[in-house]
Amino acid sequence: MENGNTSQSEGKDPSGFLGEITGNPVIVKLNSGVVYKGELQSVDGYMNIALEKTEEYVNGVKRRSYGDAFVRGNNVMYISADS
Amino acid sequence: MPEEESAPVAEPLDLVRLLLDEIVCVKLRGDRELKGRLHAYDGHCNMVLGDVEETIYVVEDEGDEEEVKTVSRKSEMLFVRGDSVVLIAPQARSS
Repeated sequence: MENGNTSQSEGKDPSGFLGEITGNPVIVKLNSGVVYKGELQSVDGYMNIALEKTEEYVNGVKRRSYGDAFVRGNNVMYISADS
Repeated sequence: MPEEESAPVAEPLDLVRLLLDEIVCVKLRGDRELKGRLHAYDGHCNMVLGDVEETIYVVEDEGDEEEVKTVSRKSEMLFVRGDSVVLIAPQARSS
């Protein structure tokens, strides 16, 4: 059976996608609705996220900026590549 | 953990490690924020902070107008349970 380690088809599993977009601009939405835009530094298995040059948006309005930010994985709704 | 070309931040918690003994801003569930010196943390994001100021944002509905009020309190030493942590950052520069 082909499950588990997929070294070839990395684009086909979610963590492969996350690996591909590290270092790129991303949009992270939390369950609370707050959105963070920044450069994805790293992600781990809990979906804890380290962001760089982070901007915080509440209801679409920019609230704050952080140089670096650590987001605890349980709060994450999605991580999207920001074009 | 797979090793990725020993970047300064190989995994997200490394970023928190770099903040040890620094003043950090921690966002918590329930519109709360802590600002204080990070003495210790673990993989759950349990943390010990020193010289902390806790800020609570309260929205007060007064007819049509919603007013956001802040309540703050200070504490010398505080243990935070990780599950209420949303975000950890170096001291915030509000814009």
